[in-house]
Amino acid sequence: MANPKTIAEISCPTPLTTRDSVLLGHGSGGKLSAELVRDIFLPAFANPALAKLNDQAIVRINGSLIAVTTDSFVVSPLFFPGGDIGSLAVHGTINDLAVGGAQPLYMSAAFIVEEGLAMDTLRRVADSMQQAAAAAGVQIVTGDTKVVEKGKGDGLFISATGIGLVPDDLDLSADRAKPGDHILLSGPIGEHGIAILAQREGLQFESTITSDSAALHTLAAAILKASDGVRCMRDLTRGGLSSALNEIAGQSRVGIQIEEKLIPIREEVKGACEMLGLDPLYVANEGKLIAIVEPNTSHRALEAMRSHPRAASAEVIGKITGVNSGLVTMKTLLGTTRIVDMLAGDQLPRIC
Amino acid sequence: MKYLDEYRDGKIARALAAEIAAIAIRPWVLMEICGGQTHTIMRYGLDELLPRTVELVHGPGCPVCVTPLETVDRAIALALRPEVILVSYGDMLRVPGSTSDLFRAKAQGADVRIVYSPVEALKTAKANPDRKVVFLSIGFETTAPANAMAAYQAKREDLKNFSMLVSHVLVPPAVRALLASPSNRVQGFIAPGHVCTVMGFEEYESLASDFSVPIVVGGFEPVDLLQAILMLVRQLENGETRVENQYVRSVSYEGNRPAQQILKEVFEIADQKWRGIGVIPGSGLRLREEYAMHDAEKIFDLDLISADEPAECISALVLQGVKKPVDCPAFAIHCTPENPLGAPMVSAEGACAAYYHYRRHAVAS
Repeated sequence: MANPKTIAEISCPTPLTTRDSVLLGHGSGGKLSAELVRDIFLPAFANPALAKLNDQAIVRINGSLIAVTTDSFVVSPLFFPGGDIGSLAVHGTINDLAVGGAQPLYMSAAFIVEEGLAMDTLRRVADSMQQAAAAAGVQIVTGDTKVVEKGKGDGLFISATGIGLVPDDLDLSADRAKPGDHILLSGPIGEHGIAILAQREGLQFESTITSDSAALHTLAAAILKASDGVRCMRDLTRGGLSSALNEIAGQSRVGIQIEEKLIPIREEVKGACEMLGLDPLYVANEGKLIAIVEPNTSHRALEAMRSHPRAASAEVIGKITGVNSGLVTMKTLLGTTRIVDMLAGDQLPRIC
Repeated sequence: MKYLDEYRDGKIARALAAEIAAIAIRPWVLMEICGGQTHTIMRYGLDELLPRTVELVHGPGCPVCVTPLETVDRAIALALRPEVILVSYGDMLRVPGSTSDLFRAKAQGADVRIVYSPVEALKTAKANPDRKVVFLSIGFETTAPANAMAAYQAKREDLKNFSMLVSHVLVPPAVRALLASPSNRVQGFIAPGHVCTVMGFEEYESLASDFSVPIVVGGFEPVDLLQAILMLVRQLENGETRVENQYVRSVSYEGNRPAQQILKEVFEIADQKWRGIGVIPGSGLRLREEYAMHDAEKIFDLDLISADEPAECISALVLQGVKKPVDCPAFAIHCTPENPLGAPMVSAEGACAAYYHYRRHAVAS
């Protein structure tokens, strides 16, 4: 065994610091995704609306504030308990508009279809999209279809864009959180990610967990109606609760402290996470949001959430602080404190 | 969750911590060997609960971290062959080899698939008879029996297109090497509960008596670990050096005999290189001659792929508990989970990654 060396004598090996190709982790919604946006897309498209890095861009056209968002959906399997790629595309697009305070109005949808996909599958997906859109009062007004050769796509990818109207004096950018603000979470986390994982090839396990995929625009509107102190909102997606909180901590240059015992997680989700070695804070959601609300009116926002069917078990899970700027910390069940970091890429199943 | 929440109970944990504080008169250095235990300590901030007299250092028990560079290089080379499907546990994919990792190989077109169980690797072989399926068989005694079973079944079913690239490590020889090292500071060990569930803990008796150290087999929840620490401190303060079992709900003295049987049937003891540490005699497993047709090292020409670890890396000292991750000048500055410089930053269970993910605010403040 090596003898101890002084600090000056030791050096670490330096294997892999350059990134010469895109890795799966670049699409995880974690640090690698943020790096891709920062290094490739922000410099390429630089403009003030994009620079805000919100879930939606808000632009002024002829005096009206218009929210625009776009999102791609590559979920496998296409149909899963609680939804399918079609309803997911509608809900995901609506939610990105809703957390900007926008009333979602119109959507476009582009379909990249792999040669050989059953026509019936495409029909079911389209029907599901229409149902989801109609339920939310949104119209899908334009679209596009491309077919790629067999083996060059995974059945079906959908890319969707949505627009909506924002009330004139409303700004819910992720850089508005202030120390003392409360963090409200709309309900139990991790259900979409676990519902999908339970269906994946090679990983099937029996589960009653269904995806939480849902449109959140009425919930967002109810929160905004109840409190005029909402600083910002984020819907929770790929990177889970952790990514949403880390983005707000980073953009607002504040610390965030949450409490483990206050975070709602269903027993089945906890169990699946234990079994798979995953942390539910990083597991995907498709029907949950967090709202950062100034402390004087946060109780009103919380009541509004709890009286909405999509957020009956909403909780205040923590607060914004002036310390540890950019970091999310969590008071554990034991009363100690730990970091809730943003992951580099996807969570990887552990070997033991 | 029943049978888990009890072991994460704040009240019980604080009571145990208070008891430790009350009896720990002299300073003690304790080591948990298993990366899963390191992960729990950091995730729950157990070090915050302990008195200053009890120092925890973190052992080499992350199988992903200690898998040698050349095994990673060989896996990548195999994965890049068009006829090969490389099947692996997920957390091996990010481990850097000399110039690449399996994620990058995948991005270059290599067929790399993640499984949760070696049974899935066998299924992959059956479903792809025209391809050669190589399973990256790594881990401690915990994962070894299931991996051995995969080789056993492949042999029984004459599954010619299935092989394993084996890099298995054993805990007791590593503990012996740590204790024999002149730089050793560790005075008591928490033995890995899952490894002992398989192997029992008879083989720890000679370690305790040869080196006069107490060893407590510990579980993986916060209350398990605090209780194991309490048992160790009690022994140390009383001048005792016994092997005790805290993890009684899972571990028996003799362990899981059928699992040990299949291990013996398929594998034999071999010298093994540990990333960041070097070769430890008799600390690994290799496939027996009877399983040569399922041994990737023998089927494929891999001998030319060798890699020497950089001789001087603080990860060696971290893995031996001589240094803490925060003692490294590169920690959280040049060395992060996105750009890991050394093995313990690579996997979530590596000591550096555990510090980085859960504790660097404490370091900063």
